[in-house]
Amino acid sequence: MAKKKPTAKSAAKKPVRKTAEATSSNIYEGMVPLALLRDKVIYRHVVSLLVDNETGILARVVGMIAGRGYNIESLTVAEVDRERQVSRINITASGTHQVIEQLKTQLGRLVPVHVVRDLTDDSPSVERELALVKVAGVGDKRVEALRIGDIFRANVVDSGIQSFVFEVVGNTEKLDAFIDLMKPLGLVEVSRTGVVAVSRGMLGIEG
Amino acid sequence: MPAEAATSTDTTEKFNGARIILKALQEQGVEVVFGYPGGAVLPIYDELFKQNSIRHVLVRHEQGAVHAAEGYARSTGKVGCVLVTSGPGATNVVTGLTDALMDSIPIVCITGQVPTHLIGYDAFQEADTLGITRPCTKHNYLVKDVDKLASVVHEAFYVARTGRPGPVVIDLPKDVAMAMGTYTTSPRGTKRQQHKTYRPKTKPDAAAIEQAVKLMAGAKRPLFYTGGGVINAGPKASALLRELVEVTGFPITSTLMGLGAFPASDDHWLGMVGMHGTYESNLSMHGCDVMINIGARFDDRVTGNLKLFSPNSKKIHVDIDPSSINKNVIVDVPIVGDCALALEEMLALWKSRRLKADQNALKSWWRHIEEWRGRDSLRYAQRGKIIKPQYAIQRLFELTKDRDAYISTEVGQHQMWAAQFYRFEQPNRWLTSGGLGTMGYGLPAAIGAQIAHPKALVVDIAGEASILMNIQELSTAVQHRANVKVFIINNQYMGMVRQWQELLHGGRYSSSYTESLPDFVKLAEAFGCVGLRVSDPAKVDDTIKEMISIKQPVVCDVVVDQKENCFPMIPSGKAHNDMILGPEDKAGKAISGAGLALV
Repeated sequence: MAKKKPTAKSAAKKPVRKTAEATSSNIYEGMVPLALLRDKVIYRHVVSLLVDNETGILARVVGMIAGRGYNIESLTVAEVDRERQVSRINITASGTHQVIEQLKTQLGRLVPVHVVRDLTDDSPSVERELALVKVAGVGDKRVEALRIGDIFRANVVDSGIQSFVFEVVGNTEKLDAFIDLMKPLGLVEVSRTGVVAVSRGMLGIEG
Repeated sequence: MPAEAATSTDTTEKFNGARIILKALQEQGVEVVFGYPGGAVLPIYDELFKQNSIRHVLVRHEQGAVHAAEGYARSTGKVGCVLVTSGPGATNVVTGLTDALMDSIPIVCITGQVPTHLIGYDAFQEADTLGITRPCTKHNYLVKDVDKLASVVHEAFYVARTGRPGPVVIDLPKDVAMAMGTYTTSPRGTKRQQHKTYRPKTKPDAAAIEQAVKLMAGAKRPLFYTGGGVINAGPKASALLRELVEVTGFPITSTLMGLGAFPASDDHWLGMVGMHGTYESNLSMHGCDVMINIGARFDDRVTGNLKLFSPNSKKIHVDIDPSSINKNVIVDVPIVGDCALALEEMLALWKSRRLKADQNALKSWWRHIEEWRGRDSLRYAQRGKIIKPQYAIQRLFELTKDRDAYISTEVGQHQMWAAQFYRFEQPNRWLTSGGLGTMGYGLPAAIGAQIAHPKALVVDIAGEASILMNIQELSTAVQHRANVKVFIINNQYMGMVRQWQELLHGGRYSSSYTESLPDFVKLAEAFGCVGLRVSDPAKVDDTIKEMISIKQPVVCDVVVDQKENCFPMIPSGKAHNDMILGPEDKAGKAISGAGLALV
């Protein structure tokens, strides 16, 4: 396989996986094709889980990830269905297909995890992240920060004579770019949510 | 929740939590609980006292309770049950739970906990059991509501035995054990959905089976490589495996965990594979063109150097746990499912299509194998006045093979010799700590097996170092009339450590010699067992016969050659075709620096 950095397009062209049979577990979607498993290129994946919202579920997921030595870039968690007590966890991780496949199957082994979906491999998806970015400054720098905020469609959610807090939403790259631009303009601190994502199209995470 | 629809709750009658636990255990068919009392579980022990249907086996250390439950579970196929107190009781079970997790043994372990209102206040005998046991269990629960207690117990048993089996912990605060609540029966009906979402896939994908069978039919140098998954899938899986080997005529090898699934007396059997496997099985692994892995997990003890592992084979891998597939070795045909179902479907397809592998190729493959077999890689020479450890185990096998014995082991050289020289015909007869390699496993595991099979002969093949790690369980054996036989291969060294020091660390035997060993005969007598000792090769047979004939727990101290090493051996970092066959063979096969770093 050519060693080029994957784009969103090439990711979408990957072979479509078999869907699970009715009798099979809903946590496992069949194996990644051999050629991809042997591919040594490192991809960034967003993996979404539905989990029972029970005591210690986050510790269980995080402990497994730490215990088996996976590197993750972000992890978000929140209850998404109060009635069924189901939470959704989004994990961003980089690795070869074999590593990501292992991560997904190891997550699937946890008893309270009932859906594991690879939002990078399985289908096209939308990713968003929110950041609150505090910038302090006066004069030209203050004006410039506000102008760039406009370009990035950032909302000003707090304003003082010497500072702003911007709320900026977008994919990870957009947020990175915005924060980079704020650095020379008096960046004080950043708080980011980590990536949340859903697949495109009409089907939900449970298929 | 669909599970609730099938359950019935008797709201009229109330019981305390302890009683609910016992009712649930009874409903789950538990006959024996291995445990140790303490403050936080007193209410449960009080209820145990008032009833007769569940037998409690008092161990002498909580680690022993889990290993005994493992021995019970492995030898019966049922879920083993453990009851211990909070704090130290819970921390002492951690080794056993990890052992059960690594070897996929179904265990339900109930741990006491301090009362709910004291959790988090560093109370006496408080430990974060849920946190500590999270990575060493398949799942764990903290029950805070007595009304949910019964359904948690039912669910725990379902989780422990379903899919890839494993240990489950139920942490029960003392106030919940004493609170009054309602009992819920186990969900019944066609689906028996006992967990709201956990449904491991057991039925293999038909297309994958088809692909596998096609690959098998086209094989020229095929090999079955089977593991503990076949044992866990029940006796039916072993029967199906035997039939599949018979109709295909393929050779078969197995991991340490899988011994007994296929009879060692059969011609197709090549012996164990891996670091201390036979020459013929390791060379077959290296040279095969189609590898059919049923319920094994490409463990590092089996594969050796992954880069050089079976380089020219197409690999079929049946495993109930998707995470085992493509973890260490990338395979060509992954099949997620229960081994028995997969074997059944493979067999059906093979028969209905009247498939046959290329018989000429197969014959030539077998000729190679016979040549390798001719090297007789397990040979040893019993001469002179010193007992060779292999001889002791081989004689034990010869003198007990007609008794359908259960054999447990500790961990080390004696374990490998037992795997090589004790030849199993049936599944569930071999109890050994494979994944975790827990010294001190064998004696409690033997006791567990003996409790399950009171009339059977149960022997713990031990080393003098390992046996001291849980020697206190001799007292358990005496109290509960578990007449196990402890067969100590005594070389006064931690033999496997000494062997590695000899091969890898220039013979610097750092702390591997045990000075001040106890007199095992006197030790046995102090516990109320019978002690025997043999150091003359000519008396080995008589001593073994005497050991078997005694209707009491026996400790048999077999004084063996201190210098004997376990061969054949694939040194760390080497491939299957680069084995050390014996002491005269090791020159020129120096282990590289990279190999030295491996365990």
